[in-house]
Amino acid sequence: MDPSSSIQEPFDLIRLSLSERVFVKLRGDRELTGILHAYDGHMNLIMSDVEETIMIVDVVDGAPAGQPATVNVAKRKMDMLFVRGDGVILVSPPSRT
Amino acid sequence: MLIFSVFKTLTDQQVTVELKNDLSITGVLKSVDQFLNIRLDSIKVLDEARHPHMMAVKNCFIRGSVVRYVQLPSEHVDTQLLEDATRRESLAAVKR
Repeated sequence: MDPSSSIQEPFDLIRLSLSERVFVKLRGDRELTGILHAYDGHMNLIMSDVEETIMIVDVVDGAPAGQPATVNVAKRKMDMLFVRGDGVILVSPPSRT
Repeated sequence: MLIFSVFKTLTDQQVTVELKNDLSITGVLKSVDQFLNIRLDSIKVLDEARHPHMMAVKNCFIRGSVVRYVQLPSEHVDTQLLEDATRRESLAAVKR
């Protein structure tokens, strides 16, 4: 078995995404897209050209159940970013379209 | 260990640390340890109006576990080197 080219374990999926644009979902209704440059076993990440999306959900008091809550989206860009692994929910490789 | 080494190469550079309580602190990275605890000098809190109690603080030690992000100076990060080092470390992890 050649561990450098095949997928044996979950981390291999992330390894094959190095230097590619990835989607990262974080705790606290945050999402990132950026180019992945480094990761470790804690899923600490180093990414560049990052766009962060923060979902801010406003639940209207006294609104009838089922009425959609208004969602405000805040976006910002960062050049080079270290992301601490304990906040990471998922890392998704770029969509191959 | 890899990320620890990256931070060591960035000592004496200006970084912005964003904490899990949304406090953002810019300062000069003085030292880092294996837990990614961070010591910053000449600090400045980004939103001083919201955190007036931080105005007098000039340097600080940040426990690694409360960090959400660290914004790094991209001109001091060699991305190609990072990717190669990450591949090497992941292969070493598989052999273990």
